[in-house]
Amino acid sequence: MADTAAHLDGNSLAGPLSEILAVEPTAAWWRCPECARSGPLAELHVYGPEPGLTARCPGCAYIALRLVREDGYAWLTMGSAAGAFRFPTA
Amino acid sequence: MTSFSPGFQGRGRRPADRLPPGQYPTEQFPVLSAGPTPKVPTATWEFTVTTERGATHRWSWEQMMALPQEDTVHDIHCVTRWTKFDTHWRGVPLDVFLAEVDTSADFAVVAGHGGYTTNLPLQDLRDGRAWLVHSYDGYPLSPEHGGPARLLVPHLYFWKSAKWVRGLRLTHEDEPGFWEGAGYHDYGDPWREQRTWGD
Repeated sequence: MADTAAHLDGNSLAGPLSEILAVEPTAAWWRCPECARSGPLAELHVYGPEPGLTARCPGCAYIALRLVREDGYAWLTMGSAAGAFRFPTA
Repeated sequence: MTSFSPGFQGRGRRPADRLPPGQYPTEQFPVLSAGPTPKVPTATWEFTVTTERGATHRWSWEQMMALPQEDTVHDIHCVTRWTKFDTHWRGVPLDVFLAEVDTSADFAVVAGHGGYTTNLPLQDLRDGRAWLVHSYDGYPLSPEHGGPARLLVPHLYFWKSAKWVRGLRLTHEDEPGFWEGAGYHDYGDPWREQRTWGD
């Protein structure tokens, strides 16, 4: 897989997701519906943070989640389809 | 050929008049990515327009480069609040491609290599307001800025100007793209600050 853009590892999702999720985000496991690879959140490849965080499968780049931040809100989309949840943030 | 687009005419205006609300000017050209940068060789590159009835029109790199080219200058506005004045591009107006396409569609879904998509009204790709560009500032467009070719729709927030563009799919219904499906605005007019769904 060609990858010349910088990405962070999935631990970079811990802060932003902990504002939304009551559980510890890095405890999560994820399974890719495209290539069946599974692993902990930390293994995801994370692009952004602007215009939003995009977390992808490290094996096939399939979208795991997108997280868009704006003043007062965070928009969370799980998976590759459209349909965001808007959460108020502090 | 040189186009005299709204952005070009805007060069005579004071920068303060050219800065949409909530934006700040930058001399930089930030690179924002939502995934790996795809390597797209021009030897296999093609641009397609697929109509609402499934008819597909195709242009190879050589065919695209043989179409009428324009040099065009625009201010570009990123939803992350930076604006860059007087960016210089070269490419083919979308009107040239669409002139060959018989369609009654109202919307387009733009697709880029790597899976990126963005949606906009088809009308916004017409009338000299959108280009398929392959050069920036006199040089071939670099991969991190969407090379070998990207869309340029400077009157909308820059996420609509899809990098690594590979085609348009014309539709009767507006279908949210990559960022539009994740909270960003379906239209994205920087002068009306249409950043997210609620705007």
